[in-house]
Amino acid sequence: MVIFLSHLVNGVSLGSVYAIIALGYSMVYGIAKMLNFAHGDVIMVGAYVCYSAIQYWGLPPFVGILLSMVVCTLLGMLIEFGAYRPLRQATSLAVLITAIGVSYLLQNVALLIWGANPKVFSSVVGFGSLTLFNGELKITSEALITIVVSVLIMVGLTLFTGKTRMGKAMRAVSEDRGAAELMGINVNRTISMTFAIGSALAAIAGVLLCSSYPALMPTTGSMPGIKAFTAAVFGGIGSIPGAMLGGILLGIIEILGKAYISTELGDALVFAVLIIILLFKPSGLLGRPEREKV
Amino acid sequence: MTETRRSTTKMVPFPSRSIVPERDLDKQPILETNHLGIEFGGLKAVQDFSITVGRTEIAGLIGPNGAGKTTVFNLLTKVYQPTTGMVLLDGVDTAGKTTVEASKMGIARTFQNIRLFGNMTVEDNVRIGLHNQISYNMFSGIFRLPGYWKQEKRQHEKTMELLSIFDMQDLADVKASNLPYGAQRRLEIVRALATEPKLLLLDEPAAGMNPHETEELMDNIIRIRDQFQIAVLLIEHDMKLVMGICEGICVLNFGQIIAKGTAEEIQANPVVIEAYLGKQKEAEA
Repeated sequence: MVIFLSHLVNGVSLGSVYAIIALGYSMVYGIAKMLNFAHGDVIMVGAYVCYSAIQYWGLPPFVGILLSMVVCTLLGMLIEFGAYRPLRQATSLAVLITAIGVSYLLQNVALLIWGANPKVFSSVVGFGSLTLFNGELKITSEALITIVVSVLIMVGLTLFTGKTRMGKAMRAVSEDRGAAELMGINVNRTISMTFAIGSALAAIAGVLLCSSYPALMPTTGSMPGIKAFTAAVFGGIGSIPGAMLGGILLGIIEILGKAYISTELGDALVFAVLIIILLFKPSGLLGRPEREKV
Repeated sequence: MTETRRSTTKMVPFPSRSIVPERDLDKQPILETNHLGIEFGGLKAVQDFSITVGRTEIAGLIGPNGAGKTTVFNLLTKVYQPTTGMVLLDGVDTAGKTTVEASKMGIARTFQNIRLFGNMTVEDNVRIGLHNQISYNMFSGIFRLPGYWKQEKRQHEKTMELLSIFDMQDLADVKASNLPYGAQRRLEIVRALATEPKLLLLDEPAAGMNPHETEELMDNIIRIRDQFQIAVLLIEHDMKLVMGICEGICVLNFGQIIAKGTAEEIQANPVVIEAYLGKQKEAEA
């Protein structure tokens, strides 16, 4: 029972990271109607920047996180401006291929700068772990912090989209870009803002992920990126609570699958879930079904 | 009733092919188009479109289906960039402007097929229209600094004031997609008014309304014009509405203007009758 609880906490923690990444996927999809497959690699860049700040420049972890958020925000806006904005009128397939191209570009630039050898990322969380049940259940501080941070992000984003002017503009653009434009909403600026927020979240996700799983390589971001995409589809792409729910459920499924079924099949299980969900509920758990107009 | 609505207006020729109401003659016309045209791959959807709309005029744009009326609206709001001609909005050339800039210059519209933000509340829909009239930054928005509350209060009051035009204050918290059809059309007008336009474009405002609702709509359009002192250009198939409230009417067929004038002139114009009903001889035969 205690072991199960421990797996569950680890699952929720991993799932929280997926959830934060999935939020980025989902927001960008909701507003720009595109799948930004380079999102996972922004996570990797975020982790590398934080790593460099701490290891090479000797900055305190907190400053490292802030720096990586700033770098990723700018990177996200740059990617949107340079790669996706010129394709605003292009077919979605062209945008998709471009996104995959940007993903490889980021991986290879990281390879040039930081090399292929895995870096050992030292955790940014300073305090020890929480012990319960007379030392039988140990919850790492990384897991706790990850869960808390993701809840804070969720609450913050909900307030942002629900209450602020920019957030409302985002919802308007996601519902009807043309009508929003005619109401005087600058669509390009709104999309740019979405990429900025998504990428800042990706930086946080990268730091949290590498604090729990310390091996940092140029391909570190791709697998969590794809799983977070799965989570976003699972929860209903375009929906913020959906991304959160999907991420956490997927994390739990992955960890429990690895623990009780097969270590090798853990990843396969995650994608099997995606296939099953798409078969029975194509719009995801919390997604709105697309109604055909007759 | 129809007669009383129109009896106050006298239309006079404007120095360029058009007519505007006499009261607007000494003011800069709100809209002037010169030989406006657009081609889609060789198809001339609209050509040689020249009209003048007076500052407080209610003008109508009519024509058979597919005549290019909505295309004209899309040209005026810069959804399409014209291939020929120019649009002057309040005397300013809109060439090269974006849709957002056109909106800031004072042009707002509603849609033939309703395009509200269905998952947002009625109030939030109106507030999207107020987007460019709000000024607090993101941080005071998230952390609720005093500036936010002040703006928030002012916006709420403004929203309610706008909704009161159609007695819709009670519906402020309803999801827009849950409103009945007529109310959705009215909300679109309110949302457009929130952008503080000088020229309001209405694309088939009476579509799907019953005769009673249409009557109300006619009164409301006049009231909006009087209250906000703006010009209205509307596309409509309901001739009772067009002939009842439009001061100047422009008839479009196959992308070209075939007639301009007052309601009486349009109704008596044989070219217009032919466009709508076909040639007289065929009708008799």
